[in-house]
Amino acid sequence: MWTIARTDLKQLFESKDFWVPMALLGLIFFLVVPAIILAIIVSVGNQAAVQQVSQALDLLPGSAKSAVPSITPDGMAVPPEAKVAYTIAVYLLSPVAVVVPLTVSSAVGASTIVGERERGTGEFLAHSPADTREIYLGKLIASLVPGYLTVLVGFGAYSILVNLLVGPKIGRWFFPTSSWWLLILIVIPPFIALALSLVLRLSARVRSTAAAQQATGLITLPLILIAYGQSTGGLIGANAIVFTLGLGAVVWVVALLSLVLGLRSIKRQQLLGVADNT
Amino acid sequence: MTAADQKPSVPLSDSPACIPPVGGTTTPVSSPDELRADAPRLPEGELVVEMRHVSRSFGNVPALSNLNLFVPRGRITVLLGPNGAGKTTAIRVVTGALNAYRGQVHTFGLDPERDGESVRMRCGVVSAKPALYDRLSGWDNLAYAAELYGLGRNATAQIREAAGRFGILEALDQQVGGYSTGMKTRLALARSVLHNPALLLFDEPTSGLDPESSHAVLDLIREMTGEGRTVVMCTHLLIEAEGLADQIVVLESGTDLLSGSQEQLIRRYWPHDLVRLSAEDPSMLDQVREWEGVIEVQPAAGNGKGALADVHLDSLARVPDIVEKLTGNGVRLTRVEPHHPSLEELYFAVRKERRASGIESPL
Repeated sequence: MWTIARTDLKQLFESKDFWVPMALLGLIFFLVVPAIILAIIVSVGNQAAVQQVSQALDLLPGSAKSAVPSITPDGMAVPPEAKVAYTIAVYLLSPVAVVVPLTVSSAVGASTIVGERERGTGEFLAHSPADTREIYLGKLIASLVPGYLTVLVGFGAYSILVNLLVGPKIGRWFFPTSSWWLLILIVIPPFIALALSLVLRLSARVRSTAAAQQATGLITLPLILIAYGQSTGGLIGANAIVFTLGLGAVVWVVALLSLVLGLRSIKRQQLLGVADNT
Repeated sequence: MTAADQKPSVPLSDSPACIPPVGGTTTPVSSPDELRADAPRLPEGELVVEMRHVSRSFGNVPALSNLNLFVPRGRITVLLGPNGAGKTTAIRVVTGALNAYRGQVHTFGLDPERDGESVRMRCGVVSAKPALYDRLSGWDNLAYAAELYGLGRNATAQIREAAGRFGILEALDQQVGGYSTGMKTRLALARSVLHNPALLLFDEPTSGLDPESSHAVLDLIREMTGEGRTVVMCTHLLIEAEGLADQIVVLESGTDLLSGSQEQLIRRYWPHDLVRLSAEDPSMLDQVREWEGVIEVQPAAGNGKGALADVHLDSLARVPDIVEKLTGNGVRLTRVEPHHPSLEELYFAVRKERRASGIESPL
């Protein structure tokens, strides 16, 4: 299992044509867009537009509103543009970045089995002593790792960026918040695993990588929307931490169930790309 | 009913009388007369692969249809047949990469479907496409296989030995995507022997190679059986099977048409010695029909230099007498040549017979 995962990851690392676009996608979502938006808000100061957005913060639920700092640690009032920047950084931009790891993992997973078939290497794996479970789990790990690595690296970079841009105005580094730690560690991984369990089954069934990529979009898009919605809910809900923990547990159960079903559905002959009537 | 469903008229190896017990050692059960008739000669010695009445289809398309295949230990068995004959499917069933829908399959006495890991651990396979990871180096490809086949992460010695044997050692650091077809085949061959398997399954290993490289690959295959390994090789090239195979199994439409050594198979179709004659006046050759020891006289395929006759004799020792007698009768002979039919002639004879019996399938 680890041998297969390690070799797949090595190939992925050698495929610049794959990881360069994915790295660019991460760069845009985690750094470029947040940097532009937050830099503009912070630098324009207490303008009318910012004040209007600041007033809109009143629409947030009480728990989320109370999380927005109003006083710096040294007793100074937090300026309205910093409150706006904080809200956007925590509640608006970062949930968008949930999209990136799901996209990366799905893209890797979509081509993993059908890709073996297309390159003819599925024949080698099918004749090898590796068990189909080992192959499935190896492929799963190889698809999960890039996605989760994106989460860690992406949110790491995002944290540094928002803390550098907005932190001085608030008087402290604030990101990731406690809810975001839970999302990163408990909610996003099962969402990736759930998406992959579906994508790998798809990859074993379709005839080409192109078909797998297209169909993957149909599967992962609803999941991305759910992940985004639930992440946002987890962040701004009344009992954010309880909700996030519960959400994580539910998604883990669903993901594990889906993985077990996927494990059972994979057949050795699917690596050969032969049609079957069974 | 498809052509594959019908029984061909040529000898088949599915007669219950000639199929050995599962997992057993066989002795020849067929007399010379049986060889000529409907029962094929079974390979002698311990069998590494036994497939009995095996059928497999893909959707509605039959790939194997009542196939019987017996592979003796330490020999080269060549599966010969046109594209779509079922050669690749047969190899896949042998390792358990693909399951059979009907029939029995035993490899090393094990059921590949149930004991797949044990079976595959003892097999080395080279597919028609080399099945290599182009983005990895040659070394990484071999190291990956070494780990999958249980050699662990420190199989440096085995990797170097296998690569050196196939002359690919110097290129191991390069990415496989940059290899030539010949280099890829050599790497695939090196990978197949890395774990020292007892059974090697080569699916058209010379596909895409130039004649020199093909020759080198066939030499290497021959060399490996010298070490006691069992080789099953698929090919549609008669020239490759000729001289290489200890046992030839001719497949068509997923069925074994006939099997045996080249000599045995040729003897089934040409049981007597042959001498090929040509004369300035070919009609004068007809007189030999009535002579002692002459079984049959047939027109032979000419080479554009006059008509030829194949004279079937009970012994080639009669040739000097025949020549003397013909010369004495005023026949001016232009050619006298003992003829040993080639595999190609055999193959086309089989196909001709199938056509005549209406079981021909398109190539």
